Amino acid sequence: MRSEAQAEKGTSLWQDALHRLMKNRLAVVGACVLATMVALALATPWIVPYAYDAQDLELGASGPSRAHWFGTDRLGRDLLTRVLYGGRISLMVGFAATAVSLLVGVVYGATAGYLGGRTDAVMMRFVDILYALPFTIFVIILMVLFGRNIVLLFVAIGAVQWLTMARIVRGQVMSLKHTDFIDAARVMGFSTSRIILRHLIPNVLGPVIVYTTLTIPNVMLIEAFLSFLGLGVQAPMSSWGVLIKEGADAMEEYPWLLVFPSLALSATLFALNFLGDGLRDALDVRAAKD
Amino acid sequence: MTRFLVRRVLGIVPVLLVIVTLVFFMIRLAPGGPFDSERRVSPEIIKNLEAYYNLDAPLHRQYLAYLAQLARGDLGPSFKSAGWSVNELIGLGFPVSLELGFYALLVALSIGLAAGITAARRPNTLQDYAPMSFAMLGICIPNFVLGPLLVLVFSLWLGWLPVAGWEGIEYKILPAITLGASYAAYIARLSRGGMLEILTQDFVRTARAKGLSETRVVFVHALRGGLQPVVSFLGPAAAGLLSGSFVIETVFQVPGLGRLFVQAAFNRDYTMILGTVLFFATLILLFNLLVDVAQAWLDPRLRNQGV
Repeated sequence: MRSEAQAEKGTSLWQDALHRLMKNRLAVVGACVLATMVALALATPWIVPYAYDAQDLELGASGPSRAHWFGTDRLGRDLLTRVLYGGRISLMVGFAATAVSLLVGVVYGATAGYLGGRTDAVMMRFVDILYALPFTIFVIILMVLFGRNIVLLFVAIGAVQWLTMARIVRGQVMSLKHTDFIDAARVMGFSTSRIILRHLIPNVLGPVIVYTTLTIPNVMLIEAFLSFLGLGVQAPMSSWGVLIKEGADAMEEYPWLLVFPSLALSATLFALNFLGDGLRDALDVRAAKD
Repeated sequence: MTRFLVRRVLGIVPVLLVIVTLVFFMIRLAPGGPFDSERRVSPEIIKNLEAYYNLDAPLHRQYLAYLAQLARGDLGPSFKSAGWSVNELIGLGFPVSLELGFYALLVALSIGLAAGITAARRPNTLQDYAPMSFAMLGICIPNFVLGPLLVLVFSLWLGWLPVAGWEGIEYKILPAITLGASYAAYIARLSRGGMLEILTQDFVRTARAKGLSETRVVFVHALRGGLQPVVSFLGPAAAGLLSGSFVIETVFQVPGLGRLFVQAAFNRDYTMILGTVLFFATLILLFNLLVDVAQAWLDPRLRNQGV
């Protein structure tokens, strides 16, 4: 009975938010662009006109044409194909690393906030210390020292990004923890982990969703940045960061090699940021603001 | 205020200690060493090198020896740049990064504040949308894209500015803009938000009711409170401007600290990695401290809490 009442109230809240979101044109455009990118990334192997590594040395580097919409690189590889495959990796890193940070940040923050007292002080002191660590440096060290594999990339980026999430969730939980429904759950004898997982976390979902949407572009930026330095995704795999690096090296003669991957990355970041801003307004979240 | 300062400064020490410990053991646990190379080096030479750099001692001894060295302010000799100490290398690179960071901060503040305040004066009009869309552009175009694009346009096509290097003032324009752009965008958004909130408050309405000019209301009364979000952003921003310049310094071949660090990491120059990390961390902590002090000055309510 209780869960029914809850579900009813929950739906209307979310419907409200959805309604507000749909009225925000930029956010809707962002959502559409993002959906297109994700659909393209999922469908890439079936829709690309050329093989990923098919070379056409006779053709070499050529500008955009009807056969090659985005042109070709020095080895005559089709840039559109490479941008699509690069997008797969970039988006995957973005979503996967964000998932890591989401999981760690939410559980950590909720635990610290709920337990409070000395445990909370120690846990948040640890977060403060990690905050003080120059994080790009930290990721670079990790990537250089422990080999450049993609799993480590997820872990390294996720390990950096969970801090803000933990802080946001902790703040929310602190303010929720003395509300009546939590007291009621405690009185009914539920275990701490059950209260955290079933009662607190669902109620901090709003800020978490907003901040997650805003974390993905950050993560994608870090991945591109690392790949640009030669520390991220390694050949034969390729990401937008790698393509941008190759393009920047060749931009004097073949500017399109820089322009198209940059456009793809920027458009995706745009879409995610607009969607995140829209969600923030729709869900009326203040805590997630920067 | 004095107690607050002393406590905060003392609070930095344990944080630095944790960072040193973390990075020290992380580096040592990683596979591969600083003297691995394609060239075959005789085992005796390696042994000598390791003895010279105290790498043959047990790990905890090395750690303690390093800490003792640190206490004297000595970051040790560089493993890769023979004959140079880490202190000397940082001394060479830091002024360059500082200069670049300073110009970038100037770019970020002047553009960001102008855009943010302009937008906040007339919310939800073209005067708001135009600068804010521009700011979104600044956030979404990463600096390693912006840098090459600017070079392409201003150096290669128009031929106005040099491609790379670090000599006269004309060499510093493009790197400073590239580095400052995304910070300008954030500052624009933060100052817009802060100003919007302040401009609706009672004391602003009072100021207007007294018949003060709009310029005076905005710049004298509202600005001090409206800039608070910007001030708290300046700490991490300043640190980011100084340490986030790896890419910029690589793209524009600027001989600063960021490039030194990237090289050190690639070369597994242990002492250099530790030294630069420690240096950056200290900078960040000091900036955060400065921000807290500045905030206490801007908002009297915070002063007595002594957080």
